[in-house]
Amino acid sequence: MNIHEYQGKEILKKYGVRIQEGIVADTPEEAVAAAEKLTAETGTSWYVIKAQIHAGGRGKGGGVKLAKGIDKVKDIATDIIGMQLITKQTGPEGRKVHKVLVAQDVYYPGVSEPKEYYMSVLLDRATGKNVIIYTTEGGMDIEEVAEAHPEKIHREHIDPAVGLQGFQARKIAFNLGLEGDAQKEMVKFVTALYKAYDETDSAMFEINPVLKTSDNKILAVDAKVTLDENALYRHKDFVALRDFNEEDPLEVEASQNNLNYVKLDGNVGCMVNGAGLAMATMDIIKLSGGEPANFLDVGGGANAQTVEAGFRIILKDPNVKAILINIFGGIVRCDRVANGVVEAYKAIGDIRVPIIVRLQGTNAEEGARIIDESGLKVSSAVLLKDAAARVKEVLATA
Amino acid sequence: MSVLVNKNSKVIVQGFTGSEGSFHAQQMMEYGTNVVGGVTPGKGGSEHLGRPVFNTVAEAVEKAGADTSIIFVPPAFAADAIMEAADAGIKVIITITEGIPTKDMIAVKHYLKDRPEVTMIGPNCPGVMTAGECKVGIMPGFIFTKGKIGIVSKSGTLTYEAVDQLTKAGLGQTTAIGIGGDPIIGTTTKQAVELLMNDPETEGIVMIGEIGGGMEAEAARWIKETGNKKPVVGFIAGQTAPPGRRMGHAGAIVGGADDTAAAKMAIMRECGIHVVDSPAEIGDTMLRVLGGK
Repeated sequence: MNIHEYQGKEILKKYGVRIQEGIVADTPEEAVAAAEKLTAETGTSWYVIKAQIHAGGRGKGGGVKLAKGIDKVKDIATDIIGMQLITKQTGPEGRKVHKVLVAQDVYYPGVSEPKEYYMSVLLDRATGKNVIIYTTEGGMDIEEVAEAHPEKIHREHIDPAVGLQGFQARKIAFNLGLEGDAQKEMVKFVTALYKAYDETDSAMFEINPVLKTSDNKILAVDAKVTLDENALYRHKDFVALRDFNEEDPLEVEASQNNLNYVKLDGNVGCMVNGAGLAMATMDIIKLSGGEPANFLDVGGGANAQTVEAGFRIILKDPNVKAILINIFGGIVRCDRVANGVVEAYKAIGDIRVPIIVRLQGTNAEEGARIIDESGLKVSSAVLLKDAAARVKEVLATA
Repeated sequence: MSVLVNKNSKVIVQGFTGSEGSFHAQQMMEYGTNVVGGVTPGKGGSEHLGRPVFNTVAEAVEKAGADTSIIFVPPAFAADAIMEAADAGIKVIITITEGIPTKDMIAVKHYLKDRPEVTMIGPNCPGVMTAGECKVGIMPGFIFTKGKIGIVSKSGTLTYEAVDQLTKAGLGQTTAIGIGGDPIIGTTTKQAVELLMNDPETEGIVMIGEIGGGMEAEAARWIKETGNKKPVVGFIAGQTAPPGRRMGHAGAIVGGADDTAAAKMAIMRECGIHVVDSPAEIGDTMLRVLGGK
């Protein structure tokens, strides 16, 4: 589960990670009040106004702006709040900004030059261990660094039995070229950051940039925090951090019906039991000349209710020209699924797109008979290749 | 022969008296699996589905000679159940449970490192099935027929699809291994393929993967290095899946370039695997490949 920068920073701060301080605001007026409060607390006279959306690349999209004085805060906040922010991660439709973080200026001049680094913590699947990835090339896309300067990316694996050790934190600080107070500060930063990652059951931390200030403090200027959804039962207070504004409304509706749905841009909707078969069904649609309109896994219990909920969600997508239902009935009986499809179809009534139902497994033939005899605009298939051929036919006449 | 489980396996069910555990234990017994009992802490000494219930796995090993366990314990307690089984001397641990926190699985993986004699399959998997002998999982038994093809797969229903196509093509199966789709799993694609390569009864292998991670590429390279001893038919689900929907970008770096379906399929082809573009062609392709041998 992704959370906002301001939420991630609050978590980090609780664990003793130094952050760029900031206060979140819903309106331009609140932003001004936040700026005044921030000056009282930190002495800052410049402010960074940052759009709070989950997608990265906010700065380039115009969602992060510097206010050089309290008198500039209101106008900038007015521009950003409510804007449709387009970044390379949002897609062309962009994402509406509902909140801004008013943050202190941390790039002030001083005894040394400020310097940016990159640091992330995540699971290395290959070793089954957590790993800290870091580089001196902060503030840039890590993919670009990996491409251009793979030798500059360091990895530090954490032994699950003993956790992060002092020598590892020191090694990271030295590899980043730090010395003196900045080196000691970085050791503290890394230690606190890993503790936060570990104790919050996080799936990923990405701090880009980590900043060494001109007075040798180390702090997180940004924080991308992904929590492990499977571990939320241990962190009940994190459940409230979910922001439904960040999710596709159809995806939210699907999750409320215990359906796993991802909206795509194609013209053939699909409804499948099992994630692997669902992806394979999307591939079949593509090979048959269509484009998948969605990923939809109805899970183990494909019954009339789940099928109806799935239908309603898929039909809300205006691009859908046909729907392919692909159920492999193992424990689920195909005749029940077929009855579910017929009931759902009748309950919804006005379905204008052709539907292909492919049922395989327990009582598949009976399921096909129920579909064929229903008198509905639904065609049945038993073999996967037959279903693919049906999709091709339907698209040819559409 | 077959691998991992057979008619001599003495199977216990952890989470025996729960609804999932009960239902699938019944199905497994109907298939002919030798279920020697189950474990539900606090209900030891009673009987369920005509089999003894034990308080601990150690007790099940001692009194019923259990050597294989299938776990249906809820996610919050599943890691503990796996470690209990390993500690008690169970050799094959199959974890069906979906939704175990990653942190718990890191601990389990570490715990099993000192126990090389233990094979863990899953979690979040459909289990292991040796056709005609033993089902330790949730796969529908009736689609299987005894034969000579082994199957390794990350996914449940896609495995059923492959098995069904094989059966309809007249090709029976040895063992189907559902390795699971979680970030941390006990047995990798390569390890499962290796088991089937070394099984004298298995003459061909179906390898089904998905986008994400580098396991299929690792398996493909191993197959080539060891001389393509048996024909392998491969499929990767997710050619049309949008990139980046599930993984943050730092994850893509660790995963490397082998992550996408196209990249994996290319590597598999280079390594001499018969890769199918359409999941509808798995059975026919295996038939053709074996016929041409």
